[in-house]
Amino acid sequence: MKAKYINKFIYHIIVGGFAVLLLYPVAWLIMSSFKQSERIFLTADSLIPNPFVLSNYGQGWQGFGDYGFGTFMTNTAIFVVLVLIGHLISCTLIAFGFARLKFAGRGFWFAIMILTLMLPAEVVMIPQYIIFAKLGWLDSLKPLVIPAYFGHPFFIFLLVQFIRTIPRELDEAAIIDGCNTFGIYRRIILPLLVPALATTAIFTFYWTWDNLLGPVLYLNSPSKYTVSMALNMFLSNETVSNWGAMFAMSVVSLIPVFIIFFIFQRYVVEGISTSGLKG
Amino acid sequence: MQSNTKQNLWGYLFIGPFIIGFLAFTIIPIITSFYLSFTSYDLFSAPQWIGFDNFKEMFTDDPRYLHSLKITIIYVFAGVPLRLLFALVVAMLLNTASRAVGLYRTLYYLPSLIGGSVAVAIMWRNIFGDEGVVNLALMSMGIDPVRWFGDPTAALWMLIFLSIWQFGSSMLIFLAGLKSIPQSYYEAASVDGANYFQKFFKITVPMLSPVILFNAIMQTISAFMTFVPAYIISKGTGGPLDGTLLYSLYLFKQGFEFFSMGYASAMAWIMLIIIAIFTSIIFMSSRFWVHYESEGGK
Repeated sequence: MKAKYINKFIYHIIVGGFAVLLLYPVAWLIMSSFKQSERIFLTADSLIPNPFVLSNYGQGWQGFGDYGFGTFMTNTAIFVVLVLIGHLISCTLIAFGFARLKFAGRGFWFAIMILTLMLPAEVVMIPQYIIFAKLGWLDSLKPLVIPAYFGHPFFIFLLVQFIRTIPRELDEAAIIDGCNTFGIYRRIILPLLVPALATTAIFTFYWTWDNLLGPVLYLNSPSKYTVSMALNMFLSNETVSNWGAMFAMSVVSLIPVFIIFFIFQRYVVEGISTSGLKG
Repeated sequence: MQSNTKQNLWGYLFIGPFIIGFLAFTIIPIITSFYLSFTSYDLFSAPQWIGFDNFKEMFTDDPRYLHSLKITIIYVFAGVPLRLLFALVVAMLLNTASRAVGLYRTLYYLPSLIGGSVAVAIMWRNIFGDEGVVNLALMSMGIDPVRWFGDPTAALWMLIFLSIWQFGSSMLIFLAGLKSIPQSYYEAASVDGANYFQKFFKITVPMLSPVILFNAIMQTISAFMTFVPAYIISKGTGGPLDGTLLYSLYLFKQGFEFFSMGYASAMAWIMLIIIAIFTSIIFMSSRFWVHYESEGGK
C-alpha cells in the first residue's frame, strides 16, 4: 500500500514538474509584461516583477502612430466574425450535400475536396495574390474573407464525418412529414450538428485570429491592421519601442485565445483527438 | 421518390459553393501558377516565357535556394520525429487512471494552443536572447551560453525546439489512440510474463501504428510549410546568415520582396513535388510497420 503512494507521488513530481518546465516560457512572457521595460532582461531569471508595474499595458494599448491597439483588436474581431459566418454557412451546406444527397459526380467532387486538403497553400498563394490584385481587392478584407464563403475542405470533411453518424431514419421521418431537402438540412441536421459546429467555430477562430501571412499580404494601411500585424510591427520597431509594451500586448493578444479555450475546452480537446486538427 | 434530375439539382445546389470556390481559388490559381513557373514575372509587366530557366537557376545558380532547401529538410527531419516521440511519451504518461490527467492534458496542450501566434514567436525570440532565460540556465549548469541569433545552426535549432515545444495536438491524437487499445491485451501479456518493453513494442506500437502514420504525415506536411515562426523570429530576414530561411520564407521573399513571381511559383511546384515524394515514402513504408486490426495483422 505504501509503495503505491510513493509511486503516485513520483508520477506527479515527474509529470507536474515537466508541465511547469513547458509552461515556464508562457509564465515568463506574462510576468515580463508587468516588469519595468529596462529591467526585463536584467531580471530575466526571476519570474516575480519587482517593482510590479501596469504601465506597459497603457503604453502598449496606445499602439503606434495614430492607431491604438483597440483599433487592431476591433479589426481582428471583424475579420474573425466574417470568416466564422462564412465557414459555418458554407461548410454545413456543402457537408450536408456530400453526406446525405445522392447525385451524379459526388464521388468525384469528394475526392477533389480531399486532394485540396493536401495542397500546400504556397502553390496557390502567388496566383491568388495576382487575381485579387487584378480585382482591385488589395488593402481590403475581401481576399481574406470572401474565400471563406466557399467552404474550407478541412471543416467540410469534419462535418461530413459527423453527419454520417446521424441516423438516416430521421431524414426519412422528416420526408414523410413533408419536409423537402432544404428542410432536412435546416430542421434535422443543423440542430444535431451543434457539437461539430462548435469545433469548426473554435478552430476557425484560432486560425483566423493567429493568421499573419494573409493580413501581411493583403493589408497595407495601418488603420486596417490586425493584432498579429501590430505585434509584428512592435517587433520590427524593437530598438526604439519598449519591450514591456510589446510583451503586454502579446499577453493581450492571447487573452481571447485562452478565454475560448477554457470555455470550450471539451470541444477543443475532442475536436483534436477525433479529427486530428493541426496546431 | 424523387427523379434523378431533381436529386442532382439538389446535390449541386448544396455543394455548389465548393465547386465555385474550387474553380476560382484553387484550379485557376493552380493552372496560373504552373504557367508562371515557366516565366519571368514581376507583377507589373507581362510575364516573359523563359522555359525551364527558373528550375535551372534554382538548382545550379542559386546557392540561397539550395541552402533554404537543406535547412528545411533538417528542420523537418529533426523536428518531426522528436516532436512525435515527445508526444508519444507524454501521451503514455497521461494514459493512466489518475484524476489529475485532465488537468495535465490541458497544461501540456497550452503551448500548442497559442501555437502559431506572433506573441509566441516574440516570447521565444526573447527567451533565447543573449541574456535570455535559456542562456542563464545553461550558464548555471556550467555550459557556455549560445549566441542563438549569431550562429545560423543555433538559430535553426531554436526553431526546431519551438516546434517540439508545441507537441500538444499530436499528443492528444496519440492519447485517443492509446485509449482505444483494449486493456485486456496488456493483462493477457502480463499473465504471459511480458515486461514493460515487450508490452510497448508488441502491443502499444503495433496497435498505435495507424495513428503514428497519420501524425507523421500531417506533421511532415505542416513542418514543410512552416512560415510564421521563422518570419517573426528573424524579423522577416531569415537570418542570421540565412540560418532560419525556411523554404516558405524564401518563397515569400522571392515573391513579395523581390517580386520574382515566376521564380516563386516554380519554387512552390518543387515544394509540392518534394512533399508528395516524402508523404508517399512514408505511405509506402507503412506497409512494413502499420498494423490494421481489421486485416488480422501481418
